[in-house]
Amino acid sequence: MAEPTQNVNFEEVLEEPIPAMQQLLDNPFLLLFIGIATPAVLYIIWGVMEIVNIPVAK
Amino acid sequence: MSAILPPPDRVWWKQPIDRVEGTWIAIALVWCLIMFFMMPYWHVFGKQNLANEAFKTTPEAYTRKAQEVVDKYTVRTETAQNIPVVHPPAGSDVYLVARLWSWWPILELEAGKSYRIHLMSMDWLHGFSLQPENINIEVHPGYDHVLTVTPTAPGTYSVICNEYCGINHHTMASKIYVK
Amino acid sequence: MAVNRMFRTCPTTGLKFHQPAEALMKWNAVAAVVSLLVGGILALGVTLTRWQAVHLLAPDWFYLFLTAHGLNMLVFWIIFFEIAVLYFAGSTLLGCRLATPKMAWAGFWLMVAGALLNNYAVIFRQDSSVMFTSYAPMGAHPTFYLGLILFAVGALIGCFVFLGTLAVGKAEKTYNGSIPLVTFGALTACIIAIFTIASGAIILIPTFLWSLGLIEHIDSLMYRTVFWAFGHSSQQINVSAHVAIWYAIAAIAFGAKPMSERVSRAAFLLYIFFLQLASAHHLLVDPGLTSNWKIFNTSYAMYLAVLASMVHGLTVPGAIEVAQREKGFNKGLFEWLRKAPWGNPVFSGMFISLMGFGFLGGISGVMMGTEQLNLIIHNTLYVPGHFHATVVVGTTLAFMSLTYFLIPVLFRRQMMFPLLAKWQPYLFGLGMSGFALFMMGAGTLGMPRRHWDVSFAGNLFPHEFPGTAWLMIALMGISGLVAIVGGIIYLLITVGSVFLGKKIETPDFKYVKAREGMAPAPQPVAATLTAHHGNIGMAGFVAPGTFVLAIVFLTSFVLYYFVNWKYLSTVWPLS
Repeated sequence: MAEPTQNVNFEEVLEEPIPAMQQLLDNPFLLLFIGIATPAVLYIIWGVMEIVNIPVAK
Repeated sequence: MSAILPPPDRVWWKQPIDRVEGTWIAIALVWCLIMFFMMPYWHVFGKQNLANEAFKTTPEAYTRKAQEVVDKYTVRTETAQNIPVVHPPAGSDVYLVARLWSWWPILELEAGKSYRIHLMSMDWLHGFSLQPENINIEVHPGYDHVLTVTPTAPGTYSVICNEYCGINHHTMASKIYVK
Repeated sequence: MAVNRMFRTCPTTGLKFHQPAEALMKWNAVAAVVSLLVGGILALGVTLTRWQAVHLLAPDWFYLFLTAHGLNMLVFWIIFFEIAVLYFAGSTLLGCRLATPKMAWAGFWLMVAGALLNNYAVIFRQDSSVMFTSYAPMGAHPTFYLGLILFAVGALIGCFVFLGTLAVGKAEKTYNGSIPLVTFGALTACIIAIFTIASGAIILIPTFLWSLGLIEHIDSLMYRTVFWAFGHSSQQINVSAHVAIWYAIAAIAFGAKPMSERVSRAAFLLYIFFLQLASAHHLLVDPGLTSNWKIFNTSYAMYLAVLASMVHGLTVPGAIEVAQREKGFNKGLFEWLRKAPWGNPVFSGMFISLMGFGFLGGISGVMMGTEQLNLIIHNTLYVPGHFHATVVVGTTLAFMSLTYFLIPVLFRRQMMFPLLAKWQPYLFGLGMSGFALFMMGAGTLGMPRRHWDVSFAGNLFPHEFPGTAWLMIALMGISGLVAIVGGIIYLLITVGSVFLGKKIETPDFKYVKAREGMAPAPQPVAATLTAHHGNIGMAGFVAPGTFVLAIVFLTSFVLYYFVNWKYLSTVWPLS
């Protein structure tokens, strides 16, 4: 987490660049990508790979 | 100035975090990590874990193995349908067949001994629910699931189906005897 | 094509409704309430059958009722309402025209067709009693799957209309900077919905083809794994949606502002990343999947989504507490809560939803989602106990309280039966909480879910459950009836008000073209970066009462968690 910035004056605030995290949170389509890719890889693909790799009984 | 309006600050990501929130996040995070590490901890130090040992197989191959055990170790039969009661030696592989709507055979085990119990369904999904111990395992068709089980106390236990399997689901029940 | 830019401004709230969005919200809300009515009638049959003393229905009817109840409640009621919420959070809160209303209507009618087709398969064909989960290789009629697929496609269109509306709002500059927190919560729900529907497509389309005989075999383990990416995630849409509604109601009823935009949005971001992994909760006692996969997924990657819920659980009441203290209710720990408008169903419903979701639904969910603890819970009545606490006390009650706000604001009708409305959240919320709690009790004692006769009458090998379990079942039946009465009152008020309620007349009412009557062009706001709340709270905490509640919650959570481990340690060793 970034350090809290206090007592910044008005002009600096308006010129201050938007932090990267805020830019991410303001970008619905990037969030959509994250929200689909993460569970697709960690849950579905990983899970399906494990099922495919279950050995056949002798 | 509220949750239904856009945030008033242009850069809100740098707002200082309130003390109430900061304290709570720290406490909650610690608790989340404790809960997470409880699971691997129990795998090492606890006694109730699934090994997730499983094999792909067919109903025919599985029934053959179950039949071999029944042929070897049946001690008596029960009910008008002559359901075999199997008393296998400790440490051996025992096969329980789940189908619409019965469990086959009945097992007779000894307290304090370990058994490799196999579970598989011949048709749809079933649920192995051992009562009153309350151990519940999903039973799949096509997957032979192996559990190493150690009964603790003598008695008569029930095996009921707790995965909905059609109209006679409620009749799918059997016993496990522990001597 | 001419774009409809007609808006009306609500005289009481100042909210701006885009004409087509308003109609879509109304129709989606009405379709939702109709589904709730159907699901509620079915709930009565299910409750009165599981309550063994009554044991109303024959087994075939019981399983039919249970299947239709699950689908109408878990899918149709909730998703129709959520689409209305998406349009509200997108169009109304951004003061923005809804993107492509025609597509939104197409989506709506697809959803209606899908819901009807699915109900046709279950209720009229009577050959598709396969439950909400429809686990292959148990098969239903093709129309069952086709109905679900059509419904999902319609909902997907709704999600994209919402995303399109966000893009339109940004392009036409109807708002400044970031979207409101409530809209961000709705965006979270929308993202989870898109993942949910994609997973549903992966599994339901092959299953549909299988039911037509075009595919030979559906693997049961593969089905369960992918199905739950749909089945469980669909309930995570609800979590995000009702948390967004909590924030909205805190803002509407108290003018509360989020304690910190950063914390609340970061918590929603954790939902976007991790909430959907919890689909693994259903597969903890299935063969073949390794403990690595199970532990990582079931814990939402180290419980980060639980962390997010615990954060929302603090910041929503925290924001209310701050708002109340600033109004002068600053005495002691709980004056702010005692003097809250408990007679206003918008607030009381929301607060019971929050408490029920946290204490009952949240804690029990973590228990079931712990790899080893699932062994003593899987497929017992504990499971429906848990999700009636989350989806009914949590989501449904939050939706109900929002309805009380929407009747005058969206439908422009006066609410009928205000006295009944005052009591409705208590009857429904507390009845349902009891229902959920007693189900969990019966489940802890081993009673199975989805089971027509736990007395095993006439069985070759009957099992006898302990007397306490039977007591739990009876209490469950009684609390269920109380909740159903609460549900009937909700339907009476909603349907009555919307169709027969006194119209709220607004002098000079008209729809105004956006360019003329819309919000003034956004001005850059002078920002202050301090979080001053004046002299409120105690010991440096602005919301000490909420913090105490949170600690009470954590204490119950910790104790109950280890009680379950203790219980697990007494059962037969397994490896």
